[in-house]
Amino acid sequence: MKECYVARSRTVAARQLGEEMVIMSAVDSTLFNLNPVAALIWQAADGKTPLAKIVEERICPVFDVEPGEALRDAEQFVTELAAHGILLLAESPILDPSAATDKTP
Amino acid sequence: MSLMEQLNRKALGLGVPLSVHLDVTYRCNERCEHCYLEHDGKNELTTAEIRGFLLQFSEAGAFFLTISGGEPLLRRDFFEIIEFARELKFNVKLKTNAVLVRENDARRLREAGVEQVQVSVYSHKPEIHDAITKLPGSLSRTLEGVRLMRAAGLKVTLANVLMRSNAGDYAGVQALAAETGSQYTLDPTITPMLNGDSSILGMRLPAQGLRAVFRDARLVGNVDDFCAPPAPIDDEIREGIPCSAGHTSCYVSPWADVYPCVQFPLPCGNLRQQSFSEIWAASAQLLEVRSIRAKHLATCLSCSHLGTCTRCPGLAFMEGNMRGPSSADCEKSFLRTGVATAGMLAGSAVSPHSSSHPALVQIQL
Repeated sequence: MKECYVARSRTVAARQLGEEMVIMSAVDSTLFNLNPVAALIWQAADGKTPLAKIVEERICPVFDVEPGEALRDAEQFVTELAAHGILLLAESPILDPSAATDKTP
Repeated sequence: MSLMEQLNRKALGLGVPLSVHLDVTYRCNERCEHCYLEHDGKNELTTAEIRGFLLQFSEAGAFFLTISGGEPLLRRDFFEIIEFARELKFNVKLKTNAVLVRENDARRLREAGVEQVQVSVYSHKPEIHDAITKLPGSLSRTLEGVRLMRAAGLKVTLANVLMRSNAGDYAGVQALAAETGSQYTLDPTITPMLNGDSSILGMRLPAQGLRAVFRDARLVGNVDDFCAPPAPIDDEIREGIPCSAGHTSCYVSPWADVYPCVQFPLPCGNLRQQSFSEIWAASAQLLEVRSIRAKHLATCLSCSHLGTCTRCPGLAFMEGNMRGPSSADCEKSFLRTGVATAGMLAGSAVSPHSSSHPALVQIQL
């Protein structure tokens, strides 16, 4: 995968529940329950930080995982969420601030 | 177990109020004959108060937010409330009569990311619907609002409260739902007013009509399954909670009062005097509600319907005992299955408005 930028879609509902993140797509009402690793990626998806950097700085230091494998898993994860309209993907920074603004507690 | 069931179970374990129902006003442009509210707009929540409370709900972990009333679109700050709720990433469901919805409103609701809109429709016949709402032209305006919201891409559900005056019209409302691309839901329960006035219970659908509803495959799917006798009861059922009210959900009035549910008028605290987290964690009333398991329901524990009954603890509370049976639900269980409930046999729970078994009528609501 080329350089990948990810941003949270503004059409979703989301809430941290314990260590997990609950997300519902307003597009198709699909409910997702993100595990702690996926929740970290979601929270870091500001549209400006490349996915590789998110994995390197937010995932690898916290979870005992090999960087190449972690990035492959992360790419698969963001592709799946993008298919449901949960995340926006682009090869360059996503500048729409509404997509990256998040007040989720 | 579905993801939603897992979510509810997790919220229960964590003590999280997963769902909050907020009535932003009791004012309304309709005067529905069966309404349980008084339409008093005095001292209702300010915009700043609502914003602050929404923030508190989100910090407590609330995910599902129902905005209702009264008619919420009567508030001048309605869209500010909706849009702030969506900024906080709530899953927002709106309950409205849709009379005031114009094209621009529908588009704005869609752009805000409102998940679903529930609209009350009582009949496909204007003379019936408008007589219930006491607002001439209301069916036409409501359906126009529904069509505008559907055209904007919103998910709409037509909610059909069924009572004596519209008993024969649910098929017509179902057809309207299909025509507009909306979902359809039916509710045959008329509840007492929140001030305790039970005079409106006389509008409840008579037993004969309710029995017919329960045997209509267009409403219940497989009639044999729906009306099957109750299954055996096990320890999991006895240890279960009777309802999510007060456990993972609550209701907040336009005066900042917190209740377990909109149908459970047990005051648990006021958000103008205490924080939401304080009330949710420490209200003596909420703690009492949470302490109740099915095995604590003195009459219902011996009832064969314990595992399948729709017993509403709020209705039971309004009948005088939150651990007792709810006569309306006893009646539903009986009419659905033909099997008498423990509440009926004990002579404590049959609606005085039922006509099917007058000998069992014991109480006045």
